[in-house]
Amino acid sequence: MSRLFLRSPEAVAGTIILALLVAMALAAPWLFPRDPLAIAGPAMLPPFQDWTIPLGTDRLGRDVLSGLFHGARTSLAVGLAAAATSIVVGVLVGTIAGFAGGWVDEVLMRVTDAFQTVPGFLLALAFVSVAGPSLGVVVVAIALGAWTQPARITRAEVLSIRERDYVAGARVIGMHPAEIAFREVLPNALPPVLALSSVIVAAAVLTEAALSFLGLGDPNRVTWGGMIAEGRAVLRSAPFLSIVPGIALVLTVLGVYLVGEGAVEASAVKRGNA
Amino acid sequence: MSVIVEGKNIVRDYHVPGGLLKKARTVHAVKGVSFSVEKGKTLAIVGESGCGKSTLARIITLIDSATAGDLIIEGQKVDIAKAPLTAEMRRKVQIIFQNPYGSLNPRQKIGDVLAEPLKINTDMPASERNDRAMAMLKKVGLGPEHFNRYPHMFSGGQRQRIAIARALMLNPSLLVLDEPVSALDLSVQAQVLNLLADLQDEFDLTYIFISHDLSVVRYIADEVMVMYYGEAVEYGTREAVFSNPQHDYTKTLFAATPRADVDSIRARIAAKKAAA
Repeated sequence: MSRLFLRSPEAVAGTIILALLVAMALAAPWLFPRDPLAIAGPAMLPPFQDWTIPLGTDRLGRDVLSGLFHGARTSLAVGLAAAATSIVVGVLVGTIAGFAGGWVDEVLMRVTDAFQTVPGFLLALAFVSVAGPSLGVVVVAIALGAWTQPARITRAEVLSIRERDYVAGARVIGMHPAEIAFREVLPNALPPVLALSSVIVAAAVLTEAALSFLGLGDPNRVTWGGMIAEGRAVLRSAPFLSIVPGIALVLTVLGVYLVGEGAVEASAVKRGNA
Repeated sequence: MSVIVEGKNIVRDYHVPGGLLKKARTVHAVKGVSFSVEKGKTLAIVGESGCGKSTLARIITLIDSATAGDLIIEGQKVDIAKAPLTAEMRRKVQIIFQNPYGSLNPRQKIGDVLAEPLKINTDMPASERNDRAMAMLKKVGLGPEHFNRYPHMFSGGQRQRIAIARALMLNPSLLVLDEPVSALDLSVQAQVLNLLADLQDEFDLTYIFISHDLSVVRYIADEVMVMYYGEAVEYGTREAVFSNPQHDYTKTLFAATPRADVDSIRARIAAKKAAA
């Protein structure tokens, strides 16, 4: 599996990008032990002028490179946590709806429909402005709009798998329905949902950046979206303040997509061989 | 001889809910079928696709409930729609499915497939469960090296042996075989049928054997029931049904089976010559 995965160039490129980002996030407290929100030098210092502050400073004199490293922590943490939450919730709802059927299915799917009709970003915006910006709230806010897709896909898979003979066989040996749903059906329904996970992670990273850009991120943390928003006011005189975190954001989303693509391709080859 | 399983006027209807453009209707899958099987005997149920064979199998195996009629297993009336099933009742009836590629969970090792029924229905320690699973694996003609493998590593015939082993783990008295060999090629069919016959002798099992293959039925059955559109049109001992079929459908069915004995070949050649 891992050999197949590394055979495709996309997967290799994606893995390198993500590994660099993870290294950045993990190394941030050692490389930049100072608070990234503290003043590090003169305000609006352009990049490559002072080699102790290689990427310059923003309007308040804060180190851009330090912000970039610490921002990677927030982006990755929020992206992964939000994706994990939405997939877990979505898979649970989808499995219960698909396996139970009847009115349970009907109720759960109408709730899913209701969430799907509201744009995810609007939902996140509303939730954060009511609950107040903090990291946990941002994670929940993003998950609120993202769990419907995994729920629908899981339900569709479960509907087909629950009619298989091995599920009837489990019933004949007296297995409890909940156990059938989560031990016999769910593991076999997972692969298409996991293929979706990279898209969800990428979307979560972008949503987090957008929320921070609108000033709804956690104010005590550096975020790339917040950095871009900060640079917007001086876009003409100091465009690098928006461009540098913008590039980091693009690379993250690209890396996640490429890895997801590679994983899907590798599993397709594996299935083709089996 | 004691009767293991008895069905009285079993009916099963499916309600197809109506949509925007079509009316709701009721499909009568099984229309009042009665039968009884004695211990150690085999009842074969024969019929074309969609005649209600598999529906009946699911009712007898207590997967689905009957719409009407009585199902009596070892003298006890069972209705899963009214009362939840006891573990003891569960173990008495087991099923083997037609498609060995769909009847095993692809993510479960063979050892776990076999030990699972014991885990659910008994409080046996894990070591004893594994010992029994291993013993059963040998009984159906597989080896200890297969214990930790996954289903996709086996051929169709081997998988069907695994399915048989799993069904026997709980010492059932009745085994429902839903076209157990129709997905296998001919030589493997014979092996599996021989295995089934051996196991029947060894454990004194009662079989309900569902098939559309008359040569298989002639080999394994004691009694034969022919189903046609949800009804039992013919029911009797194997000799009676095969030598003297009463219903038109049964006659057509037998006529459609290719025969390879010398007399019928001679008759066919004579007919050809006469036509030429």
